[in-house]
Formats: sequence, C-alpha cells, structure tokens
Amino acid sequence: MGTVWFCLVAIMIAVYVLLDGFDLGAGAIHFLVAKTDYERRQVFASIGPVWDGNEVWLLAAGGTLYFAFPALYASGFSGFYLPLMMVLWLLILRGISIEFRNHVHSAVWEPVWDFLFCSSSLLLAVFFGAALANVVRGVPLDSSGYFFEPLWTNFALGEETGILDWYTILVGVLALAALVMHGAVWVHMKTTGPVAQRCARLTRQVWWAVVALTALVTALTFKIQPQVKENFTTYPWGFIFPFLAVAGLAGVQFEIIKRDDRKAFFASCAYLTGMLTSVVFGVYPMVLPARNPVYSLTVASAKAADYGLKIGLIWWTFGIILATGYFVYVYRNFAGKVSVEKDGHDHAFES
Amino acid sequence: MEQALNVHRLHFAFTVTFHYIFPQLTMGLALLIVYLKTKFLRTNDERYNRSAKFWARIFGINFAVGVVTGIPMEFQFGTNWAEFSRSAGGVIGQTLAMEGVFSFFLESSFLGLFLFGEKKLGRIGHWWAAFLVWLGSWLSGYLIVATDAWMQRPTGYTLGPHGEIQLSSFWQLLINKWSVWQYAHTMLGAVQTGCFVMAAIGAFYLLTDRHDDYGRIFVKAGVLVGVVAALLQLFPTGDMQGKLITQHQPVTLAAMEGLFHTQTGAPLAILGQPDVQNRKLDNPLEFPRMLSFLTYREWSASIRGLDAFPEEDWPDMIPLLYYSYHVMVGLGTIFIAVMVIAALLLWRGKLYTFRPMLWILMICVPLPYIANTAGWMTAELGRQPWLIYGLMRTAHGVSPRVGAGNVWFTLIGFMGIYVVLSVLWLFLIYREIEQGPEPEDKRSPREDAVAIAAD
Repeated sequence: MGTVWFCLVAIMIAVYVLLDGFDLGAGAIHFLVAKTDYERRQVFASIGPVWDGNEVWLLAAGGTLYFAFPALYASGFSGFYLPLMMVLWLLILRGISIEFRNHVHSAVWEPVWDFLFCSSSLLLAVFFGAALANVVRGVPLDSSGYFFEPLWTNFALGEETGILDWYTILVGVLALAALVMHGAVWVHMKTTGPVAQRCARLTRQVWWAVVALTALVTALTFKIQPQVKENFTTYPWGFIFPFLAVAGLAGVQFEIIKRDDRKAFFASCAYLTGMLTSVVFGVYPMVLPARNPVYSLTVASAKAADYGLKIGLIWWTFGIILATGYFVYVYRNFAGKVSVEKDGHDHAFES
Repeated sequence: MEQALNVHRLHFAFTVTFHYIFPQLTMGLALLIVYLKTKFLRTNDERYNRSAKFWARIFGINFAVGVVTGIPMEFQFGTNWAEFSRSAGGVIGQTLAMEGVFSFFLESSFLGLFLFGEKKLGRIGHWWAAFLVWLGSWLSGYLIVATDAWMQRPTGYTLGPHGEIQLSSFWQLLINKWSVWQYAHTMLGAVQTGCFVMAAIGAFYLLTDRHDDYGRIFVKAGVLVGVVAALLQLFPTGDMQGKLITQHQPVTLAAMEGLFHTQTGAPLAILGQPDVQNRKLDNPLEFPRMLSFLTYREWSASIRGLDAFPEEDWPDMIPLLYYSYHVMVGLGTIFIAVMVIAALLLWRGKLYTFRPMLWILMICVPLPYIANTAGWMTAELGRQPWLIYGLMRTAHGVSPRVGAGNVWFTLIGFMGIYVVLSVLWLFLIYREIEQGPEPEDKRSPREDAVAIAAD
C-alpha cells in the first residue's frame, strides 16, 4: 500500500512539474521573448486561464503527501522551513502579478507586474530544483526523525549541509534551464509572430545548456547518492526512465527544427517525466534520505496506517478522474493559438 | 521553547485571520451570483446578468487573494506544526487532500470559464459555470470545517503502537456531528458577509444617485438573502453549537461566558470584564438565569463554572476568548435587527428611498467581517490548551527544530507582503465600485473593448 501511494504522489508531482513547469518557464523567459506590451500580453494570455489550475496540482500533491506519508510531511516541511516559506512568498507575488496585471493598466504598474512575474517564476524554478537536489543528496536527519537546515553553510557537501551547496545550486540551474526550455516550447506553441520566433530560437539555444547540465548532474548524482547506482544495477529495467529523458531531449531539438510545435512540447514533457521518474526510481524505497543512512525515512517508516490509505485510494481515484475531465475540458476550450486584442483585454476562451 | 510556541501560534493566527477575509466574501458571493444568474435566466432581464458580471469581477479579485493567502495554510501544518502533523496527518490529511482533489480542481477549472467564457458557453452553460464555482467553494468550506471539527471533537480514530493517531472510520471523520453544525454556522456567516457587502454597495449607489436600477437589485438581493441567513445564524445553528460546546467542551463554555463559579440558575453576562486573577466578572450587566435556560431550557439548571475544572485545562486566554464570543453574539444580534427592519421596509416598498436605513446598510459593511473573525477566534481560543481536544496539547504540536528566530523572520515577512496585498486589494475593489456595473457608463476606450468582446 505504501509503494502504491509512493507512485501516486510521484505521479502527482510529475503532473505538477509538467503543467506548472510551462507557466513557470513562460514567466522566466518573459523579458527575453516579449518586448512590447502587446507581446507581453501574448505571454500572459498563453497561460492565463490555466496557470491557476496547474498550481492546484501542487496543493493536491501536498495534501496527498500529507495524509499518505505524515512523518515525511512533518520532517521535510519543518526541516526545509525557510526555503518553503520563501516559495510561499514567491507563489503569492507571482499569483498576484498574473491576476492583477489584467486589472491595473498603467505605465507605472505594468513593468512592476512584469518584473514580479518574471523574477518569481525564475526563482521558483531554481528553488524547486534545489529542493529536489536536497532530497537526493540527503538531509541531516537524526534519531528524533527531525532536522533543520539553514539556507546555506559553507556550500560544501559536508556534515553540516545547508539547503544551498554547490550540488543543489547546480541542480537548481538545471531545473531553470529545463523549465525555460519547457516554457519556450509552450509559448511557441500558443503564440504567433515575433514572440513565437524568439521562443524557437531560445529553445534551440537553451537546449545545449540542458544537455550539458543533464549529463553533468547525472554523473554527480551517481556519486553523491549511492542508492541510485544500487537501484539501477539491481533492476536494469529502470534504465527505461533515463532513456525516456534522453529520447525526449533529442525530440525537442528535432521537432523544433522541423517546426512541429506540438510534438516539441510533448517531447519536452517526455524529458521532464524521464528525469523525475529516474530520480524517484533511484531513491526508492527512501522517501527522504539522511546524510547518515541509518536515519533515512523510507516508504515503510513514513506511511500512514493502512485503513486510511485504502479508503484514500477509493476517493482519490474518483477525484482524479473528475479532475482529469475538467482539465481535458478546459484545455480543449483553450486549444490553438491565443489571440490578443491590440488595445483590449485578452479573452483566451473567445479566440 | 515557550517563546517559540507563542510565535508559532501567532504565525498561524495571523495568516489564517488575514486569509479568511477573502473566502468569507467569495463563498457568500458565489451563492448570490448564482441567485443573480438564475434571475437572469428566469426574467431575461439583462440587468441581472450585468449585476452578476459586476459581482463576478469583485469575486475574481477576492478569489485571487484568497487563493494565494490560502496556500500557506496547508504548508504551515508541516512547517510549523510538525509534531501535530506527524501524529494526526493520517487523519486530517484526508480532508485536506480531498479539498485539493475535489474542490480546488473544480473551482480553478470553472472560474476561468465563468469569468471569461460567457460567449463560448452560452446562457445555460454560463449558469452551470457559476453553479460549479459555488459548489467548489462550498465543498472546500466543508472539508476545512470538517478538519477543524475533528480537532474540536476527535472521532473515528484509534491510537497506534507509538501513540500515532490512525483513522478508523472515514465516515465519522467526514460526518462528524460537530462539523455539520459548525459548517452550517460558518457558511451562514459567509453568506451574511456577502449580503452585507452587496447591500452596502447597492445602498451606496442609491445614496449617491448612481446606477439606480442596480442599486435596487443589490439592496434587494442582499436584504432578502441576508434576513434569512441572520435568523438561521442564531437559531438553530448558533444554538446547536452552544449545545455541542456544553456537551463536549464544558470548560470552554464557562470561559466564554465568564462564569467563574458553578451556579444554579446562572445569569447570562451581556457586558463585563473578566478578572481571571480574582475569579470574577467586573462591572457585570447580566440577564438573570438566562444562561441556564439557553443551555438546558431550564431556568434553574446548574451550570459548571471554571472552578469545576482543573486550572491546567482552562483555555489560556480567557479574556480574549470571552470578548471574541461576546463580540460575535452582539454583532449577530445587531445583524438580525438591521436585516429584519430592512426587510420590513422592503416589503412596504420604502427601503429604496428611506435614506437613514440605506446609510445603516452602507456603514454596516465591516461588521460581518469582524463577527466572522470573532467567531473563529471563539472556536480556536476555546479549544485551547488543546490542539486536538483531549488528545494533544498545543504545546506538544509544534515543530521541535524551528526556533523563534526563524518564525519571527517569516511572520514579519508575511506581514509585509500582506500589507502590500491589502493596499492593492482596496485599490482594485474601489476602482470596480467606482466603475459600476453599467458597461457604457463613463468608461475608458480600453474597457469598452472588453465590454464589447464580452457581450
């Protein structure tokens, strides 16, 4: 039962990364691909009606993690206290900048919303990458089952680790590059004109950075977290996950050159899925590795009692089927390129 | 540790109090918007549709602030209350996860369609979008209240080998008697906020002689729904809450009422200042025997005072609890008076021109916010010193490794961000009210384009 929920939570997080990933990416590239107010409104329109729903996957995944693995939620969230609070602040500022940009038009406010939107999206991408890297590297859990990490110590992978060290920062940069690529292929798919052209060019450029960083981070990860190597050597079928990532990454460049924007987006989804599933496969059965492996939290030690997990499986399945229905409906209504009026509000559903 | 505990409590209290300013309005307005959309379908009067659109804009702004300030609530269970989460997460995580899966997906999917998709959805489809947004927000309300109700009256659980609290009955968690009544009471409070805000803006338009037609629609909708909600708030929902507290948290009842000594034929204190040190109520203005009657429907029933309970089980902020409760009840009584008189005037056809009543409706607008906040303070302060009543004390629920320094840092951060949010929110709401519900009226070319595109 624990492993089932481990997989379900992993799927929810993956869906979150795929969906919110493209709107975070759209934010991060906002200034690079959109120069005029009209172009910037194209970027906003490309995520306008869906970003909020995408972010709900984070909340739903958080809630699911909470009831399925309460001990993990308690240790992880209190141990990552400061970065999580900063993530909250960034989410607040980002949400407000997107929603209020539609309401307040003035030469003073618009640059403020644009700046908040871009900087918060960019930082969130880095933070999420660094958070994932912390989980892979392991945290200073002790016999009490708790830990507390400061934001940084000496940036080395020693005994007293901070949230940020050279490894986690590197993964943060990889996450940013990957989401920039993901956002660029999305905005490319949803827009026309100069914005779409800049997105295509940006995708081709950032692709090289993603390739280089992926290779580097993969090599380092095998060294830093021995469990990863163990899992892949014990169960070689697991190589299907990194293979998916490599195929997806190759597909992005291939499809962008072929100008098939939909396939390029799905290739980018395959890359992100492959990367995340590789990590999940690599750390299983741990859910939160400790620097001292004795204290690691595992699926078995962190899960809730079986009765709740069984009941949860019933309503969760039902609820996710409904949610998938809503998403299919909304995305269908939102299919195609967005149209932005030259001097008006943007009505994503009325294109 | 004591110092950190208090900052953790303040952190949660501050963020949740600020957050609840927004959902109480959106949950109330969601119902009123469905009412306006239904009127439009029935009467085919375009003014009802314009009214619904106007309120949808106010709704949208409040909803956005409500969402972004709501996310920290879920996180804080883990960040600030780790011991509580570790023990009880398997139970209350259920309702919190269900909120995400069942209501947030519903709301977020259909809100976009409701706000921007009228043309695409058609009249009936747009009504459904409004209905589903209402459904999602009220479902979300239920799951949150069910979570709180479980902390007030834990049920459907067993204790595991290491003292962890395990779910043993899903339905007892979901349909806790406490949560059913607390939900009804909470939602009526939200509806009253929606009604008072709608009536106040209507009254403002009538008093300033602008958008007269709309002013009438708003005042009428606010008063008609408001009078029903105000009455139901007192009876049966408020009354039932009182009975549940008497039964399950008798020490809380004594503290709320400022009753220090066990008494037969206990009086109901209307005013007075609790003096905890000397165990008495200063300057009391009391209604003799009334508390006994309200609680047990018997004038001479004996009510246990605080002295009947060990001091370690007393709520730790008795004066604040006492005032929260009295402010809530006092304001609730005022709401009944205001709404009943307004409804009578409406019935006699005099409300729209009787300026003193319009003035009263307009200036009452902050009061339901205060009453709702005071109500929640009564519930949460009344639960002290327990985090889960009878099971876990608040002091045992905090995160052991998160020190006061870090909590102050993030509390101050939230305060700063929320000040900025408040200013923006006031500014946006003010603009919408100034702009009014009529599309052609004194609008900039830019907004004209919207109106045309949206029509």
